[in-house]
Order: sequence, then structure tokens, then C-alpha cells
Amino acid sequence: MLLINCPYCGEREQEEFTCGGEAHIERPQNPPDLTDDQWADYLFLRQNIKGLQYERWNHAFGCRQWFNVARNTATDEILAVYNMGEKPPQLESNDPLTPCGEPPIGSGNFSTSKK
Amino acid sequence: MRLQNNKNLNQTKRIGFIFDGKKYYGYEGDTLASALLSNNVHLLGRSFKYHRPRGIISAGCEEPNGIVQLELNEFTEPNRRATEIILYEGLIAKSQNRWPSVKYDVGAINDLLAPFFPAGFYYKTFMWPPKFWKTYEHFIRRAAGLGDSPKKDDPHKYEHYHYHCDTLIVGSGVSGLYAAKIAASKNLKVLLVEQEAQTGGAILSSNKHENKINGKNQTEWKHQILDELKKAKNVKIITSTTLFAYMHYNYLLAIQDLQPSKGKDKKNSIRQVIWKIRAKKVILATGSIERPLTFNNNDRPGIMLANSVSKYLNGYGVKLGKDIVIFTNNDSAYQTAIDFHHHNINIAAVVDVRNNIESDIPLKVRNLGIKIYSGSIISNTTGRRKIKTVHIKKINENNVKVLNCDLLCMSGGWSPTVHLFTQSRGKLKFRDEDSCFIPHQAHQNSLSIGSCNGVFDLKNILKETYSTVNFFLNADKKDSLDGKVFESETIKIGKQENAWLINKKNIGKSKMFVDFQNDVTAKDIKIALSEGFQSIEHVKRYTTNGMATDQGKTSNVNALGIISELTGQDISDLGTTTFRLPYTPVTFGAMAGRFVKEFFDIERTTSIHSWHVRNNALFEDVGQWKRPWYYPKKNETMDEAVSREVKATRDSLGILDASTLGKIDLKGRDVSEFLNRVYTNAWSKLAIGKCRYGVMLGDDGMVVDDGVTTRLGEHHYVMTTTTGNAASVMSKLEDWLQTEWPELEVYLTSVTEQFGTISLNGPNSRKIVESLFPDQNFSSESFPHMSYKEFEIDNVPCRVMRISFTGEICYEINILGSYALSLWNKCMDIGKNFNITPYGTEAMHVLRAEKGYIIVGQETDGSVTPVDLDMNWIVSKKKYDFVGKRALLRSDTVKEDRKQLVGILTVDPSIVLEEGSQLVEVETSLPMPMVGHITSSYYSPNLGRSIALALVKSGTKKKGAKLIVPTVNKSIEVEIANPVFVDPGNERLLA
Repeated sequence: MLLINCPYCGEREQEEFTCGGEAHIERPQNPPDLTDDQWADYLFLRQNIKGLQYERWNHAFGCRQWFNVARNTATDEILAVYNMGEKPPQLESNDPLTPCGEPPIGSGNFSTSKK
Repeated sequence: MRLQNNKNLNQTKRIGFIFDGKKYYGYEGDTLASALLSNNVHLLGRSFKYHRPRGIISAGCEEPNGIVQLELNEFTEPNRRATEIILYEGLIAKSQNRWPSVKYDVGAINDLLAPFFPAGFYYKTFMWPPKFWKTYEHFIRRAAGLGDSPKKDDPHKYEHYHYHCDTLIVGSGVSGLYAAKIAASKNLKVLLVEQEAQTGGAILSSNKHENKINGKNQTEWKHQILDELKKAKNVKIITSTTLFAYMHYNYLLAIQDLQPSKGKDKKNSIRQVIWKIRAKKVILATGSIERPLTFNNNDRPGIMLANSVSKYLNGYGVKLGKDIVIFTNNDSAYQTAIDFHHHNINIAAVVDVRNNIESDIPLKVRNLGIKIYSGSIISNTTGRRKIKTVHIKKINENNVKVLNCDLLCMSGGWSPTVHLFTQSRGKLKFRDEDSCFIPHQAHQNSLSIGSCNGVFDLKNILKETYSTVNFFLNADKKDSLDGKVFESETIKIGKQENAWLINKKNIGKSKMFVDFQNDVTAKDIKIALSEGFQSIEHVKRYTTNGMATDQGKTSNVNALGIISELTGQDISDLGTTTFRLPYTPVTFGAMAGRFVKEFFDIERTTSIHSWHVRNNALFEDVGQWKRPWYYPKKNETMDEAVSREVKATRDSLGILDASTLGKIDLKGRDVSEFLNRVYTNAWSKLAIGKCRYGVMLGDDGMVVDDGVTTRLGEHHYVMTTTTGNAASVMSKLEDWLQTEWPELEVYLTSVTEQFGTISLNGPNSRKIVESLFPDQNFSSESFPHMSYKEFEIDNVPCRVMRISFTGEICYEINILGSYALSLWNKCMDIGKNFNITPYGTEAMHVLRAEKGYIIVGQETDGSVTPVDLDMNWIVSKKKYDFVGKRALLRSDTVKEDRKQLVGILTVDPSIVLEEGSQLVEVETSLPMPMVGHITSSYYSPNLGRSIALALVKSGTKKKGAKLIVPTVNKSIEVEIANPVFVDPGNERLLA
């Protein structure tokens, strides 16, 4: 379970929060001018990154405030927490080397035959 | 056979227990395993596949064989390890996986048929043809039976406990205790967790004459440290507690057996606690597990792990045999020989695969006059229910020496217990010289010390613990080394020699068990490899090696070694399979904790609930709410009760507890604009004191909620939501305000529970409100439909709205929750003269369906737009934007042949259709092209016939068309109708 540093309340257990998916997807200002495809992009298309991802989180069982979190989805490391409306911080993150970011030994990503 | 004065036992207290129907005795402090062994009971069960006789091989949680069914009836628990059960008076256990008895087991025929049960046997044999699986399954499940699950409710209680600490130390062996002492001296809040009932880890199996620490024997040293720790206020020690999960950010879960020595008698107290621990730093001192050796017939009762034998001997005084043979590939097993020697028990032979044995402990054994067979192996064993002989031979010779024995101690080296470390995403590395996976790089703030870090000799454990723990806890102050220095003598340790497969040539003809619990042999692994399984994870699944409830604690590394030997690959290139949580099995009871029965989910009741209960209401769950469903009188059936309630409401007066509807108070400068954005219709021009119905969409254009919103003031509204969606609508509104439209000034407050809502429906409802508020004018001219006024009753303010969900004249009175019951009683009193009838949700559904009102979640399913519901009138054409507007213009949502809301009348008026029935135009062979489905269906007592609502392709244009509802027995003819069955002209509503 993650330990999330709510910008309003401080560190709290993950079970107090809900995740609102990818951050920085703005609702278009001019919906009537958009094509069906553009609207579908806004509604449905998400990057689903393995590695550094910027996400929205809500302290639902606390102060009920929304904020942004930069999280490495492969290792679950939280790299930054910042307010709604702020620009995403530029961060370096270690991209996972193995298919699911698991450590190389203990992952079963090995073959019994010689490479 | 029991020796005297044993450190783990209280030998003044004898404890009686029953195993397989026979009474035995042990002592306080015994485990079930040590007590059984002291009674010379070695045979504990039959193996999983071949039903071979099996006995206890270890003294801890790694035990693969000694698995029993504990207790009877509601207390029964299957698959408990005898090595982990603390003995208590009256304990009842029985062996598993045998029929009719452990000594004479019918399934043992499988052992003779073993050539027919190779790896993948079940996959290959029973999966084809697929539909026969149902037939096979019954027999396979019974043949493979583990224990029986309980059939009655568990009378025990379970609890969850949250704990925060600076330093969590897992394991109380030498390194764990030493680390606790150092951490305690630094004034940190320390939690020390020990899996066994007694602290000490390997100290419990130590011999008091040797391996002293600062001149004291290990038990004395332990008590000295424990005394200090118990005095320290910042240290908490919990025993019988297994840490089973190591998750993100040093969040760990442990399960504690409270008072394990009291057994089932503690019916009303708490049996187990799950500790949810968040630690700043974690020190893993989890020790190591001895490996078995893989040789022919290595699974007979009486063949045990050498160090476990020492533990039974030194800790519990159990003398397990008199003709003892030791088989090893390393030095540690020689200690067992010395331990026996101290009790004047002779060792017949030590068989060592190594040729050069020059290190300290083996030399000591040789000097004691014990026969050592160097460069030798045990090629076979005999003995049906207990071992009788071993066959010893030189590795490359054929002469076999047969030796009688009643106990064979084996040691294939040690595996550090790195399970928690890898769960925490730590990286392992492989150390060739003793074939160990050891911690390499921690991913979290943790430190591994002692034998779980691959340090096996006492001197180095003490040295390493001192320096690394000090550094770990004081990373910023590198020079300060606190805590007393402990030391032990230097012992020269000989190199271990890998012996993964003893007598490899014979693999095809032998029974060399690798995974004892799942009955996997070396031959099975060979077959899997020859059949092309390459990934270690695939070999594991195909052979099921390491997949039993012991999770391969004794078998995983041996399997890797065997694969390495068979394929010529280095183990470090094979990697290991994943160590998954939980480390040991966890009971469902503990996971559920207190969240069972009435605490499983929150149960919400209205302030009028007690009246409903007193008046025999049956309840329906709506979200978390308990809502009255209907109020049967005497012998009424449900249909009769609902018809009576519906009829009374239309004819005179019905009363409904509508308190569960979600209510959100909206205040602020921009509420009107906000409502314009979240509802499909326009709100700016709604006059104060007026109500308006709204439909809320998602941005995909689909209906998510509906309800009436009332304007209380210039910048003050109150919104009602459906009962089930109150929380999600509130969350979504907050989301819009905080993330998309922070420029709007709107304050949201949930007031659902602050108000009780009483809904008075029917032509006589006006009589009641006139009587409640005698000074007010309730005529349609002064208080028309869709308007609101605030009155007082007995000086309590009430919000009264004239809105309707039945199609009748209706007044909804909102009053502070604490007054709602009293107001309800008052209404019932006044209403007597008008046959006031309380009605529940079922009658509410019938009434609204008669009028063609939708229910979100019944007429809609996330794929229905307001246009589909024939509600074009509520979708503003003028607003530039609102949530969902753009999606209503998508090519798909403007299609004319979408499913649309219609009424459905059966040609035979007595047939009430099943909700969810499919509608077709013509009956064809299967599959029939379906044109729609029934969303609501009831018998309408006011019309004297059945009615239904449905979503039908192009339905709005097809009024009057005939459709068919095909059912199993017959086809029902229906006709598409207007969905408003009662009062289409709204004369009753507006009267």
C-alpha cells in the first residue's frame, strides 16, 4: 500500500485516496468545433505508461481535495506531489528493464536453455 | 522418548491431546510435532499424489509433510502444520489425505502406479475431451484431497491492528535480538516480531556447551538481552506472529496468534490479529531454511532435516532415534552429531559427499570416534512406515554397504529466507560457493542481517550485525557505534559441495522427491525439461514444484539445482521463481477481521426506520440503505400488498419515506452557471422558490443521474440525486469544480443525512398539508406543481416541495432528521380519515412506471442518452456547452435506429413479462435478431393489467407495432405503446 503525501493533510495511507487516472487532460474549451475523433481522444485515450506517469489523486476519505502525483507505475515510487493547475515537474525516472519492472532475479524472466 | 530439563518446555505441566483418535501426552511449550515425536509417532499422513507414508521432516514453518486437520466442527481448520501448532490441553488433530486410515491407505496403490503419474499427467489425461472434465473432477478432487474446510460459522473473533514504528525487526534470533538491543539504545520505537511462540530463532536449537557468546551459552545470552529489552519502554516484542507480506513504502502485514496455548477454548476472545505495520526502517533477520538432499526414497518417515533434529533434541528433549545416520554435503550437519554425543547417544555414521573434510567441526566429530564415510552417498533407503536401512556407497563405486538405522538426518545446505526481501522488490544475487540466493540491493529502506543475508557462522553474524545495524540506524552519524560488542570464537568452516542429484544415472527408475508436499520428483522435472518447458516459471507450473501450501520453502532451490545440473545452465542464469505473499498461509477469518456479517458493509437507515420495523416492513437494500420494500398485512402476499399500496395511493393517499434520496446543498456566486454546465437543461432563469427536474450526463453523453433541484435563494440551491448515486454525483461535482472550473465559486455540502424526507402522494395529500400548516394556502394557484415554500411546524422549519414521482399531487416535506419520525407519526394520525397507506419501494416503482417515469440504472445502463429516453425536451439547444453535449452529436448517438424508450403491453393482459426479456420482430432459428429488451415490468392494479417499459430499436417511431418475447415454453405477443400509461394529460398531477 502506497504512502501518499497529501499536500493538504500530509502522509496518509493509500486506502484514504482514490486515483483519477492520467493527469493534465484538459476538457476542451470548444467542444462543438471538435471532430468525433478528437472528442473520443479526450474522452477515452490514455497513455497507460509503464514508468513515469502523471496522475490525479483525490483524498476522498480525508480532505476531499484533488491533486497531482508523479508516480513510476512500474516500481510504484512516488516522485512528486503537486497541486492542481500546476505544470508537471520535469523528473528523471528509472525506466523498468524487465517486462513488469520486477527485479531480474526472482522474476522468472529466465530460460533454462542457453541464449 | 524424552530427556529431562529442556529449555523450551515446562516439564512440570503435562498436557493431554488426541491424534487420530488416540490419547497422548506432551508438556507445556511443546508443538504438536514435538509432542507427537516424543510419543514416537512419526507417520503423520499420506503424500499428495502417491499416498506414500510421510512423517515430520522439520521443526518450523517450512514443514511440507506434517500437515493435520486441527479440531472438529466449527473449530476445524485444515492444512495446519504440526510444527507450528502450540500444544494445549484437549487438542484434537487428525491426519489428512488418507482413507480409511493413515496406516492402511487405499490410495497407496498410486505409488505402485507411479510410472503412470508423471509430470503433467492431469493436463494430459483428464482435459480431453473437454466436457468430460466434470466427470473427472469429482474423483480427482477427492483423491487429491487436502483437508476439509469447516461447514459451520467460525465462532472466533479476528482483529486488525495498525502500528507505526521507527524500526521493525523481523526475527528474534541472535542477529534480530542484537539489532533490537542496538536500536533500543538509540531511543527508537522498536517492534520485534517473532514467528514462533518463543524468541530465539536458532538459539532454540543450540547446544549449551558450544558456540558461546562472550563466554555465555546462547540461552543465557538470550535471556540477558530479553531482560534489557523488556525493561526498555521503547521496545515491543510480539511472538507467535508471522510477518507474511512486505509491501510498498515499508508497509508490512503480520498475523499474530493470540494465546495459541489456549486453543479453541478462547471462544469469545480474539483469536488472531493482523498487524498492519508502517515502519520507517525495516531490519530483516529472518534466518535460513535447511535444504533436504535429493536421493532415492528420501521421503520415508524418520528422514529429517539435521538441524531440526537438533532443535527437537536440544530444545524439546526429544530423542528421535538410537541408530542414527547423518547424510550431508556441508559442515552444519556435523553439529547434530555433536549434539547427540552430548546426550550420550551414538551416531552410527556420517555420510558426506565431500572427499576432503578438514574443517573444525567434522574434525571434532572424527575425534569423538564417529565413523565418517567421506566421498560417499546414500543411494537408497528401505522401511515402509519408518526408515529401517540406508544403502551407503562411494560415489564412483558399486559396493553398497547396508546399515540399519531408525533416524536419518540430512542436510543439503542452507537457503537464506529472502522471501520478504524479494517481496519488497529487493534484488538478489547468487553466491556460487554455497549455492545461495542472497540479498544484493534493497529497494526500500531495509537491511538484511544474519543468515537471511547469507552469513552463517556466529562470529561473523555478531560482527556484521554490530557494524551494519549501527550504520543503518545512524546513516547520518557514521562514527557512532552504540551497543555492547558481542563476540564468539573463530571456527573454521569447510566448503559446501553441491549435490543436487544423488546418483543422477538412476533418475528414471528412482523416487527422488524434491517437493514433498506436492509429490514432485526429480524425474518429473526432467520430463518437463525434455517436453520443452524452458522458463523456470513454466517448469514450476507444469510439475507443480513449489506450488503447495508450503510454497516450496524446502524445494525451490533444490529444483533450480536439479535443472541446472540437467541443462548445464548456471543457477544464476536460471533465476528463481517469484516469492509471492503471503509467506505462510493466512486464515480468511483474519483477513476479514471484524468486517463480517452486519459489519461487512455500512448499513444506513433513515430516522423513520424504527417505525418501518414496528410496522412489519420488509426491507430492500438500495446502495447501503435499508429501504422499506412493502408493508404486508397479516397473510398478504407481496403482490397483494404492493397492489393495495399502489391502489390506495392513486385513490386517496400514500406516504413514502424518501429520506434516502441524495441531497446536495449548493451555495455561491456561480451556482446557476455550474448547474448549466452539469445538467442538460437551462437553470439561469429558474425563479427562486421553483423546482426543476434535471438529467445529468457523462461527457460520453450517457445518462448518469437525475433528480429535482430547487432554487432556495439567489445563490442557493438544493439538488436531489438518486439514492444509489448520491456519493458518486457529489464526487464528480467536486472533481469538475476543483480541476476543470476552479474559477467558479460554488460550495457543495452533502445534506442527505441532515434531512428526513416525507413524501405525501395522492388526491388527498393536500388535505394533510392543509391540516399540518393551517395558515397556508395549498391551492394550485398559490402553490403550483414544481414549486417550493418554507414553513414552520411547532417552530421547526420545514422545506415543502410540490413535486411528484407518482403522477399524483405530491408534497415532499423535508425536516431536520431528528424531527422526521414525529412528523411522520403526525401525518399517519391525520391521514387516518383518508386511508393513509405507507408504501415501499416496490409500489413506488409500479406507480412511477404507470406514469412512464424512468429510473436511472433501470431504464438506463450507461449506454442510453436522454434522446433515447424520448426526453429531447430536457436537452438545451441554446447552451454552447454542457457536460455530455458534444457526445450527443456523435454519428453514433444521432443514429435513428438506436434503442429508444417505449411502453410495452402484452396482448394477454394477465402476463407480466420478466425484466430483461429480449424482444424480437420475428422468430427465426437461433440466434434470433434481437431488437430490444424489457427494462421494467409490473402488474398495474390501477389499469387491471400488466405494463412494461422497454428499450427498442427505433421504438419511438414504431408505436402500435407487434413484437414477440420468446421464452423457453412459449412466445408472448406484445405491442409497442406510449410509455405513459396513466394520466397522459397530467390532469391528476396538476389538479
